[in-house]
Amino acid sequence: MTVELRTMSLEPRRHTFGHIARRKGADVPASRYEEGTLDLQATDNFHYKPLWEPEYWVYDTRKTAVVMKDWYDLKDPRQYYYATYNIARANMQQAVERTFSFVEKRAMLDGLDADWREKIIDTLLPMRHVAWGANMNMTNICDRGYGTAVTAPSQFAAMDHLGMAQIISRIGLALDGNSGESLDTAKTAWMDAPHWQDMRHMVEDTLVVKDWFEQYVAQALVIDAVTHAFAFDIMDSAGQTKGGAPISMMTEFMVEWRAEQTRWVDAVIKTAAAESDANRALISGWAKGWLSRAVDAVKPLCAHVVGDASAVSSIEAELSARFAKLGLAL
Amino acid sequence: MAAKKLGLKQRYALMTRGLDWETTYQPMDEVFPFDKFEGIKITDWSKWEDPFRLTMDNYWKFQAEKERKLYAVLDSFAQNNGQMGVSDAKYVNAIKLFLTGVSPLEYQAHRGFAHAGRHLRGVGPRVAAQMQSLDELRHVQTQVHTISQYNKYFDGFAEFRHMHDRVWYLSVPKSFFDDARSAGPFEYMVAIGFAFEYVLTNLLFVPFMSGAAYNGDMATVTFGFSAQSDESRHMTLGIEVIKFLLEQHPDNLPIVQKWVDKWFWRGHRVLGLVAMMMDYMLPKKVMSWKEAWEIYFTEAGGALFQDLERYGLRVPKYADVATAEAEHMSHQNWSIFYQYTHAAGFHTWLPSDEEMDWLSEKYPNTFDKYYRPRYEMWREMEKDGKRFYNNALPQLCTTCQIPMGYTEPGDPTTIAFRSSEYKGDRYHFCSDGCKDIFDNEPEKFSQSWLPVHQIFQGNCGGATVPDVLAWYNMNVGADNMDQAGSPDQKIWDAWKTKQEKVAG
Ligand SMILES: [Fe+2]
Ligand SMILES: [Fe+2]
Ligand SMILES: [Zn+2]
Repeated sequence: MTVELRTMSLEPRRHTFGHIARRKGADVPASRYEEGTLDLQATDNFHYKPLWEPEYWVYDTRKTAVVMKDWYDLKDPRQYYYATYNIARANMQQAVERTFSFVEKRAMLDGLDADWREKIIDTLLPMRHVAWGANMNMTNICDRGYGTAVTAPSQFAAMDHLGMAQIISRIGLALDGNSGESLDTAKTAWMDAPHWQDMRHMVEDTLVVKDWFEQYVAQALVIDAVTHAFAFDIMDSAGQTKGGAPISMMTEFMVEWRAEQTRWVDAVIKTAAAESDANRALISGWAKGWLSRAVDAVKPLCAHVVGDASAVSSIEAELSARFAKLGLAL
Repeated sequence: MAAKKLGLKQRYALMTRGLDWETTYQPMDEVFPFDKFEGIKITDWSKWEDPFRLTMDNYWKFQAEKERKLYAVLDSFAQNNGQMGVSDAKYVNAIKLFLTGVSPLEYQAHRGFAHAGRHLRGVGPRVAAQMQSLDELRHVQTQVHTISQYNKYFDGFAEFRHMHDRVWYLSVPKSFFDDARSAGPFEYMVAIGFAFEYVLTNLLFVPFMSGAAYNGDMATVTFGFSAQSDESRHMTLGIEVIKFLLEQHPDNLPIVQKWVDKWFWRGHRVLGLVAMMMDYMLPKKVMSWKEAWEIYFTEAGGALFQDLERYGLRVPKYADVATAEAEHMSHQNWSIFYQYTHAAGFHTWLPSDEEMDWLSEKYPNTFDKYYRPRYEMWREMEKDGKRFYNNALPQLCTTCQIPMGYTEPGDPTTIAFRSSEYKGDRYHFCSDGCKDIFDNEPEKFSQSWLPVHQIFQGNCGGATVPDVLAWYNMNVGADNMDQAGSPDQKIWDAWKTKQEKVAG
């Protein structure tokens, strides 16, 4: 009987929810990304002003100077919702596990040149704190941002940064035989070593940025790009002749992540800038300011690791070109 | 170098603790601007005991595994028209209430835990709150994806987002969460993490999920089950928050106690919707609301508060009143919705003889005496073609926003009215619990967006009921009114007839 029941046809009375039908037309089915994202955040008739910020509603378009007619234009080209996001990261993480056991089984980190090992500890490991700052900022954007289209992937990004901070932590533990000593040394460098102070200063300044879209520009568009290009391109290739190959393997997650993240960030920035000249001017100004600051902050790191900071100019050039493609005027 | 073996706790500490630092280029109070104004004193954040030591690698792995399984079930549910396999068409109304009333709260929890996950100063609670933020996004999305299948075949679902921001009874759950969201981060953690996720969660999710199981709704059962391991993390976070706050400083006790009292009562009022769902909307009943209250609040909650006594915390104020109300609440709520069926986004009906007998048995002290006669009278009126509709707009309680229909403790024939004056205006309440909450924070609760006031002020599409229903995006004659004669019922009947023919 069940077989026959399955073949009984039943016409659906509608394809999707009203708010999605109004966007797409009533006769089109919606994807899980769309049903799990569009218009999910409340927009009207809030009851109480927040005790902690009574000048705004909890969800309030005025928390950024960027103006969008529809905040759901900022779609995620990856179409991530919780399930697809987690499945993608679980797959990436599987590769991390394989690499770590491969490297550890062969004691490959023993092959690091002594001076490079030191550099890994005082310049790669403190990247976990940069990642933690990124985690705070992306969480803040999820908190203060407007519209699920941009806030949900921001929380995904926050958790990505936590995950990457933990991968870096594991590199430290692999180096110090699980004592945590290397992580302590790295933290001291982060707090006190001269080559880290411009960076830490900048990261701390991003933590208090009030306009969440500016924070997005600073963090997701600029700082992620600059710091990752430094740590996982420049520093990584400098390490190749110093036994650093296992480190490249252990940070492959970051490389893959950056490529994917860039697709999302570019889509958000491009759409927001294309919305109006005012948006374009604002975002361009933020991008310009934070780019020059990030480039300056990464120079001492570069000089510390490879002797001089000239390699940083390639990062700046590449990013300027990328920003121009997004419609920003630097 | 021989690597030393790491225990879970140590490994977690190394991978998470120590990520944060004392900022020096920006003052810590600028970086964390919201965690002092509530008066909570934290002397040592490092005393925080991480309740679950989950690193992101394991988080992704576990959650991805669960999602693969869940979506496989949802796909086959859709393929097999699982929505037509439930016990009865009436059951579908329970999930309408869930999608319109509860799922948007999951979303609110997602954003609220992002706020806590950014603004609590300790790294341990911050990471735990962030994970919960992500989990709550999971809950709202899996619920929408599950119920999406019902939406394709039944009314009352399509406008859940639009309705949640507007419809009179949905302002009850909405204002509950708006209240928590607009509170400081510590109150939020006590309100949602402790009072809601720990003390009251079993009274919300167990009824809906076992209701789904009893009524053949495999999709809802599956997402419910799948969320359970998330919920157990949320519960441990909630209890850890309370213990941590109380251990940190004795001055925290009176503040926390006030929050526990407030959020217990707030939660109890919201759960009135669940009470009505359990006793009236499930074609196959799981247990009565009163029984659920006894098991999950009186017994489990009793043990919990006994355990918390060592911190000086006592059972929430008016817990005895709430327990007494368990005899009445579901009946009074269903009566409200029956009278206002024209303005409700789900269908109503009068209980059958069999259901009334079940209610008599479950509520021997109250049902036959106070509620059966009312239903019998309404049944007679229906027979005479005079089905009872209440066309007057009700007065709402300023705090919980429920129409003033609850009766005095100990006197089920008198409607309870309380009121307070604030800045020259008079505000009305359904109970002492709601009045106390207002009196503690009048500047907050005098802002309440009360649906009936808003209608009178002309902010809801117009002055007549049809105007307001149009503003709700209510599909009149389909979303609202009685189950009998509804398009839902017609489709269901047609399907069942067809099914019988196929079965021969
Ligand atoms: Fe949840
Ligand atoms: Fe939860
Ligand atoms: Zn009330």
